[in-house]
Amino acid sequence: MTSVTDVSPARPAFRLTRAFQGLERLIVPALLIAGWEAFARSGMLPPALLPAPSAVLHALGDWVFGFDETTQTYSGHWLRDALASALRVFGGFALASLLGILAGVAIGWSRLFEKTLEPTLQMLRPIPPVSWIPLAIIWFGIADKPAIFLVFLGAFFPVLMNSIHGVKTVDHNLVRAGAMMGANGRQMLTDIVLPAALPSIFAGLRIAVGSAWMLTVTAEMVAVKSGLGYVLWDSYYFLRYDIVLAAMISIGLLGYLSDLGLKAIMARTLHWQQTTTVQGRAG
Amino acid sequence: MAAIELRNIVKVFSDKRRGRDLLTLDNINLDIEANDFVCLLGPSGCGKSTLLNIIAGFEQATSGRTLVDGKQVERPGSDRGVVFQQPTLMPWLTAIDNIAFHLKLKGVAKAERYDRAMEFIDLVGLRGFEHHHPSEMSGGMNQRVGIARALLMNPSVILMDEPFAALDAQTKLEMQEELVAIWQKRRCTIVFVTHSVDEALVLGNKIVVMTRRPGRIREAVNFDLPRPRDITSPEFNDAKRHILALIREESTRLAQAS
Ligand SMILES: Nc1ncnc2c1ncn2[C@@H]1O[C@H](COP(=O)(O)OP(=O)(O)OP(=O)(O)O)[C@@H](O)[C@H]1O
Ligand SMILES: [Mg+2]
Repeated sequence: MTSVTDVSPARPAFRLTRAFQGLERLIVPALLIAGWEAFARSGMLPPALLPAPSAVLHALGDWVFGFDETTQTYSGHWLRDALASALRVFGGFALASLLGILAGVAIGWSRLFEKTLEPTLQMLRPIPPVSWIPLAIIWFGIADKPAIFLVFLGAFFPVLMNSIHGVKTVDHNLVRAGAMMGANGRQMLTDIVLPAALPSIFAGLRIAVGSAWMLTVTAEMVAVKSGLGYVLWDSYYFLRYDIVLAAMISIGLLGYLSDLGLKAIMARTLHWQQTTTVQGRAG
Repeated sequence: MAAIELRNIVKVFSDKRRGRDLLTLDNINLDIEANDFVCLLGPSGCGKSTLLNIIAGFEQATSGRTLVDGKQVERPGSDRGVVFQQPTLMPWLTAIDNIAFHLKLKGVAKAERYDRAMEFIDLVGLRGFEHHHPSEMSGGMNQRVGIARALLMNPSVILMDEPFAALDAQTKLEMQEELVAIWQKRRCTIVFVTHSVDEALVLGNKIVVMTRRPGRIREAVNFDLPRPRDITSPEFNDAKRHILALIREESTRLAQAS
């Protein structure tokens, strides 16, 4: 009896904390934005150097919807710019995923590929993708291609490394079980090793999609004349820091969305994993 | 010709990290006749799993010959079904897909695969769980999937490595009876590793007692008590006394040696 009366008053308090849990993650960003807005309006810095959040939002709004042309030539062109960047990300990422998984599985599975292919790739890996920009421009000119090449370089190695790791760490006993049931070499790869390595491969893909966005933007600052990175760099020349910030926000948002998409695909593909590992993280 | 012939099997694991060799199996000679139900009995670490792995083709003996149906064992194959000490199921496949995996590898159509696998789902009492993944089932249920998977291949030799260790007493009894029934119906050759004397005596018609590492064969006891076996009968207890004496002798010999 005592235990019942002891427990029941705790429950509404518990619900209250539950309700706050959703909000508490908003507290820090809200305070930051409010502080920033107050600081920008106080006039300690010229508004051109530190635009207020409201001004950034205004610029972003006009960039997207083109209602009053505050963003001048960019007004209403956000979708075009975002699409240009997204296509480069997608192109480079798709290419990197395909080749990264193929090379990674080959290296992880076969001694021959490990000996012949891996040393070269591991030597190329520490070279920052950005340092390829001069060569990329000479080889591909100023257009989509150097950007896709750069994205590819940034996304390839995470996929490669994780695919190698995934294949190398496949439970030895699963391979034995497969052999016991009569799997031939090809079936061993497609029906046992590849599915077993998928969690690791997906981890690589998620790192890669982040690199892909970083490198698209970098490439667009230097080697391409369109996309979000180009807008960012171009507005910097015109001292339009509100647009610079709007571009940064757009990139962050799109990168976040790509990761969410990938995570959704992963949750569907790896539904067989312990629910705590996939869905527990998804929250 | 025996179904399984082990000739002078020696297995040495070279421990590179510690820079020494570990003699695990020391000159094993054993003939297992077709339709024998052999129980391999021995203390932990004496090389029971290693011997099973050599018959399965997972490991090569350092020296000696392993013949199954007169043919030298070179690699694993579906003529020898293995039930592993751990369930070792494909975690991305459901119970029924795990059981039917052998058929999938052979290119059998899905409908027929499922049809044949359902028979084994029923056999191991997992109806209702056929579409569960290994992570959604208990250890004992997974072990039963592993057993069904080996049986479905209809192998001439079944190698089982302490398959019932993870089961509760009740399920273990049921599975032991079921296994004996399957063996009587199919007339396949079973090599069953255990370290329970009672289990060996309930199941086997030949009980092979191994020594502590390095594993040698202490004695192979034929035990033809009719089934179902009465574990309280004098014959059962005589055999049990004999085997326990072998094991005890072994441990006193070891105690004197040290
Ligand atoms: N791959 C390996 N490399 C090195 N040593 C090994 C390897 N596999 C087994 N051993 C050694 O061989 C010995 C026998 O191992 P094994 O697994 O065959 O024992 P077991 O009789 O099955 O024991 P248990 O009843 O505990 O399962 C052990 O001492 C073990 O350390
Ligand atoms: Mg063992």
